[in-house]
Amino acid sequence: MDIHEYQAKKILSNFGIGIPRGGIAYSPENAEYKAREIGGSKWVVKAQVHSGARGKAGGIIICNSALEVAQATDKLLGKKLVTKQTGQQGKVIHRVYIEEATDIKKELYLGLVFDRSSECIMVVASTEGGMSVEEISKEKPESIIRSKIEVAVGMQKFQAREIAFGLGIDPKLISRTAEVIVGCYRAFSELDATMVEINPLVISKDEHILALDCKMSFDNNALFRRNQISELRDKAQENPNEVYASDRGLNYVSLEGNIGNIINGAGLAMASMDMIKLAGGEPANFLDVGGGATPEKMVKAFKLISQDKKVKVILVNIFAGINRCDWVAEGIIQALQKIKIDMPLVIRLAGTNVEKGNKILKESKIKYIEASTLEDAANKAVAALKKLKN
Amino acid sequence: MSIFIDKKTNIIIQGFTGKFGSFHAEEMIKYGTNVVGGVTPGKGGQKHLGLPVFNTVKDAVKKTGAVASILFVPPEFAADSAMEAADAGIKTCVAITDGIPSHDMIKIKRYMRRYSKKDKMTLIGPNCAGVISPGKSLLGIMPGHIYMEGKVGIIGRSGTLGYEAAQQLKNLNIGISTSVGIGGDPINGSSFKDILEKFESDDQTKAILMIGEIGGPQEVEAGKFAKENMKKPVIAYIAGLTAPKGRVMGHAGAIVSAYGESAVEKVELLKECGVTISKNPSVMGETVKLVLNGKKIQS
Repeated sequence: MDIHEYQAKKILSNFGIGIPRGGIAYSPENAEYKAREIGGSKWVVKAQVHSGARGKAGGIIICNSALEVAQATDKLLGKKLVTKQTGQQGKVIHRVYIEEATDIKKELYLGLVFDRSSECIMVVASTEGGMSVEEISKEKPESIIRSKIEVAVGMQKFQAREIAFGLGIDPKLISRTAEVIVGCYRAFSELDATMVEINPLVISKDEHILALDCKMSFDNNALFRRNQISELRDKAQENPNEVYASDRGLNYVSLEGNIGNIINGAGLAMASMDMIKLAGGEPANFLDVGGGATPEKMVKAFKLISQDKKVKVILVNIFAGINRCDWVAEGIIQALQKIKIDMPLVIRLAGTNVEKGNKILKESKIKYIEASTLEDAANKAVAALKKLKN
Repeated sequence: MSIFIDKKTNIIIQGFTGKFGSFHAEEMIKYGTNVVGGVTPGKGGQKHLGLPVFNTVKDAVKKTGAVASILFVPPEFAADSAMEAADAGIKTCVAITDGIPSHDMIKIKRYMRRYSKKDKMTLIGPNCAGVISPGKSLLGIMPGHIYMEGKVGIIGRSGTLGYEAAQQLKNLNIGISTSVGIGGDPINGSSFKDILEKFESDDQTKAILMIGEIGGPQEVEAGKFAKENMKKPVIAYIAGLTAPKGRVMGHAGAIVSAYGESAVEKVELLKECGVTISKNPSVMGETVKLVLNGKKIQS
């Protein structure tokens, strides 16, 4: 789960990381008031959307008066921000963060992630703050410092100091920098985070160490014990179909193609999508209805796929293991009595009682194209799509 | 002899009396698995499915001689149960539970470091289908009847895609020595490499099919291991050609975040290690057949 920049800043400040003074605003009047409250003579208005690269997309505006802050807010609120990371559909700005401007002396990069290879928490730091970590690894790989932290004992001060010295920090700021690094580590491990990134972490002209922009992501599997984090979820930042799916216990990812998929099991779903691609089509989504593919889940799945306007053909691929194809077939028929589908439907059943399942489908009133193998199903879905176009 | 389990392996169920645990315990017993009891804290002394229930894994091990366990415990309590199994002397523990936090998985693995190699439990999963040695024993949730006994070892992350492979092999009259689901989570108990190592020294297994997917370094690490240490042929399929970068595809671990983690990159790296690639998921069985027949495959 991702959260907004201002939320991540608030969390990190509780772990001893310095942040510039700032406040959240929902209207131009609100923003102007906040700017006066913060004080100073220069502010930054920052669009709060779940994406990096907001600056280049026009989502960050520097202002020299409270009035300008109000104007900038007016310009941003309600606008769709399209960044390199959001895709073409962009993300709507519903709130902005007003922050005092900082005079920057030095920009650094600091990130923490799980390293799946060593199963440790990895700290990544660089003197080249402001660029994305991908850009840094391409253009200045020699600037990257990596440090693996053994989770059983946690981060030690010397490890944080080593990183700080590696970044060429002024000796009198070393212990303060080390505190910031340890603070990030504590936030990561105490809150079940999967990613903490401060970019840039700056040293200001008056020698404060501040998180100018930051990002945090959390382990969805751990949200059951992190109420304060769950509360921060902003569904307006997510794809509406994905929100609909996650609220109903379906694993769904919206994609760019036009062949809709309903499949049981994440691996089989990815494999079916691969087959569609190899057959010359493009999947419209990833959807795992769960191993059991119960009738209730099938109804929800058909509803979800049929409300996706991109979808022109639907492919259903269910491998019945513990359950049986005849039950799955009954479930599909029940679902299609409730949800009307007016596009080609390819169904491939496999596993337990497959003959029975196919017989039930054949004898029902539903209009569909029967497929036998994974490859056959993908080929038939792509052929049905081509037929529509002609 | 098969890896991990055979007809005589004494097995207990952790989370025995729950709905999920009961259902799969019955399926396992029907298949012929030697289930000797189960553990549900607070229900010790009762009988369930005609078998004894124990309060602790230690009690169960002492009274039944259990050496393997399977976990149907909700995610909140799963890490605790896995560590309890390790401490009680269980040798193989399969965690079926989906949704264990990554931090908890790391904790289990650190906890197990206290045991010497000889005494250390093998944890398989979580979020997996478990282990089946066809004709012998089922320590998992797979539909037993689609698995035919034979000489191919399977290692996979996904449940249903593993079933698909077993079915394709059965249709070609090729059997399976053992199939191991290592699960779809980013941090798991056993890796592809760990299981490859077991298969290499297993007499019954003549070739291994690895069913991987996007995300993480394990498939490629296994490929390197195969190149340097294995005589038996390895065949692989990697799912997720169409998966966009940075998105979780159902399995918590199925996310491309670094170089070498996409399907295309993994396939390239595996080819360099001499692993035969099944070019699509529909021909996993046929590719294994060609390799068993000693054919070289150009891909």
